[in-house]
Amino acid sequence: MMTPFTAHTGVGVPLRRSNVDTDQIIPAHFLKRVSREGFEEGLFSRWREDPTFVLNQPGYAGGSVLVTGPDFGTGSSREHAVWALMQYGFRVVVSARFGDIFRGNSGKQGLLTAEVAQPDVELILKHLENNPGAEVTVDLTERTVVAGDIHAAFQVDDYTRWRLLNGLDDISLTLRHADEIDRFESGRPAFTPRVTAATGEPGT
Amino acid sequence: MGQTLAEKVWASHVVHRAEGEPDLLYIDLHLVHEVTSPQAFEGLRAAGRPVRRPDLTVATEDHNVPTTLGPITDPVSRTQLEALKRNCAEFGIVHHERGKLGQGIVHVIGPELGLTQPGMTIVCGDSHTSTHGAFGALAFGIGTSEVEHVLATQTLPLRPFRTMAITVEGELPPGVSPKDIILAVINRIGTGGGQGYVLEYRGSAIEALSMEGRMTICNMSIEAGARAGMVAPDETTFAYLKDRPHAPQGADWDAALEWWRSLRTDPDASFDAEVVIDAAELTPYVTWGTNPGQSVPLGEAVPDPASFGDEDARQAAERALEYMDLRPGTSMREIAVDTVFLGSCTNGRIEDLRTAAEVLRGRRVADGLRMLVVPGSHAVRLQAEAEGLDQVFTEAGAEWRLAGCSMCLGMNPDQLSPQERCASTSNRNFEGRQGARSRTHLVSPAVAAATALRGTLSSPADLSEPAPREVSAR
Ligand code: SF4
Repeated sequence: MMTPFTAHTGVGVPLRRSNVDTDQIIPAHFLKRVSREGFEEGLFSRWREDPTFVLNQPGYAGGSVLVTGPDFGTGSSREHAVWALMQYGFRVVVSARFGDIFRGNSGKQGLLTAEVAQPDVELILKHLENNPGAEVTVDLTERTVVAGDIHAAFQVDDYTRWRLLNGLDDISLTLRHADEIDRFESGRPAFTPRVTAATGEPGT
Repeated sequence: MGQTLAEKVWASHVVHRAEGEPDLLYIDLHLVHEVTSPQAFEGLRAAGRPVRRPDLTVATEDHNVPTTLGPITDPVSRTQLEALKRNCAEFGIVHHERGKLGQGIVHVIGPELGLTQPGMTIVCGDSHTSTHGAFGALAFGIGTSEVEHVLATQTLPLRPFRTMAITVEGELPPGVSPKDIILAVINRIGTGGGQGYVLEYRGSAIEALSMEGRMTICNMSIEAGARAGMVAPDETTFAYLKDRPHAPQGADWDAALEWWRSLRTDPDASFDAEVVIDAAELTPYVTWGTNPGQSVPLGEAVPDPASFGDEDARQAAERALEYMDLRPGTSMREIAVDTVFLGSCTNGRIEDLRTAAEVLRGRRVADGLRMLVVPGSHAVRLQAEAEGLDQVFTEAGAEWRLAGCSMCLGMNPDQLSPQERCASTSNRNFEGRQGARSRTHLVSPAVAAATALRGTLSSPADLSEPAPREVSAR
């Protein structure tokens, strides 16, 4: 079970970049761990070497709503990107467009990807840049993002929203259909490949 | 109305469908590697769940393995590889270890073992799973939670994709490769252009390609933002599959063929979007920036960011040029590289090695330049050695390595130093992809080989003199 998500208010962090791929969110060498913890260290680690980078500015300390340019989370399928963001303390990412796999991964972990039209993202970015430490409220029931005077609607698909609101995890949802999976399996053609210890190694 | 290839494969795998919910899709093959699986196995263990179909699951080691002989010295990499081995033993999954036939990059071994077949649904915790679409399979990358989901249920809840036809008609000019086709496609539609789509590559230029070439193209579909790319199965596909270790045999083969032949997009089916490319106009492409869409034909120059109308694209280009340390107007052919990397799941197959070897045969790589040749799998390595290609590479002064992802990503010991510049046959030129602050130019195998010889980005056509007959020792 995940923690249900209904609404969240927290410090907004403006990351004025487009096309932030998952290699930037967390570089590959942080991916070697075998547990699910400690990934916040790797979050944007190359950019964090720069003292002026937004996460290094005291005004944005404790930020939990990341507001950023379009095409956030493109690139590899590494879910570590979502873990890194969440373990750092982010609950919501606001962008005009997300990489498909990243968006899927986020929904499963309880990180809300709020798709806001680019002109509104731009207004929120300016607001946060001019008012470090300003809060942003994201309401999943209403699908709205509020920052200062800015009220913006956001998109998130109904199914992800329902799951987030109820904190439901995918595997338990799927296992309700175990009978249908059994039925489907009994109808699969005989020629589809199967790999067992006996067939696993090709002849040497 | 007719259906497209992607729609047929989708429809034949729906386990459960309900209004307002994603479809629950059955997964025929789940490929597993060391990086994106440990937390999934940990999740299963915590919930007390078994792997539903270990016989539809195959594991290999690729991202973290060193490509030289000897023990794995990095303790974290070793831990991850040991975890995979332990998890496979515990859950009954066949696992291909380093140094064994069958081991290699996950997207190279699937096809090689005949596991990748038309009409299948294939997933892996790796975005370049799109490679397998070259066989007419619906194949895409998933995240670690989805890995856990597939391990536990052999299904995935998914929303239908839209379909996009990428039609490449005509004949490729000599020296232009599948890599150039896909770099040109990404250049045209952008790194976000394929988002939400399954791409189907079609047209006479695609039909003329080998399976290796089709895999190169499907591999990079993700770089255009698409999760999957597909090519309709045809005689080339069937000939490749026949007699592979896991290909159907006898009566099963005939039954399979009949189903595979029925998968082609119907003549009256329609796509949600279409892009048409004239093969005859393509030339070798190289990237100048830090995403695979930032490319130009090799004969052109580094673009001026001011020439981009779009503000975002202009800023991205400025940042990319600064990172890459390039000036607008510099001719691409003048850019000198320190390292050439031939390998990866994009271009680490036998055909890629043959192409590069043809260019290198009887010549020497430029002074001071390092060239790494890394076969995509152990089987590719053995095949290349049987053909004597390893000799060609080593005589040219290149390093001949063991199979793995190698310098495609900065994870195993094969990495670039900061500021080092590399011509790479891999698929991503992101900042730091090949090592912190490293600089990557994506190229085809032929361009990689010619670049290694001249020291600057080049194509085989730039090698005016024929190869000297005898190679003088260095
Ligand atoms: S070769 Fe590169 S792109 Fe392919 S699976 Fe390995 S790391 Fe990923």
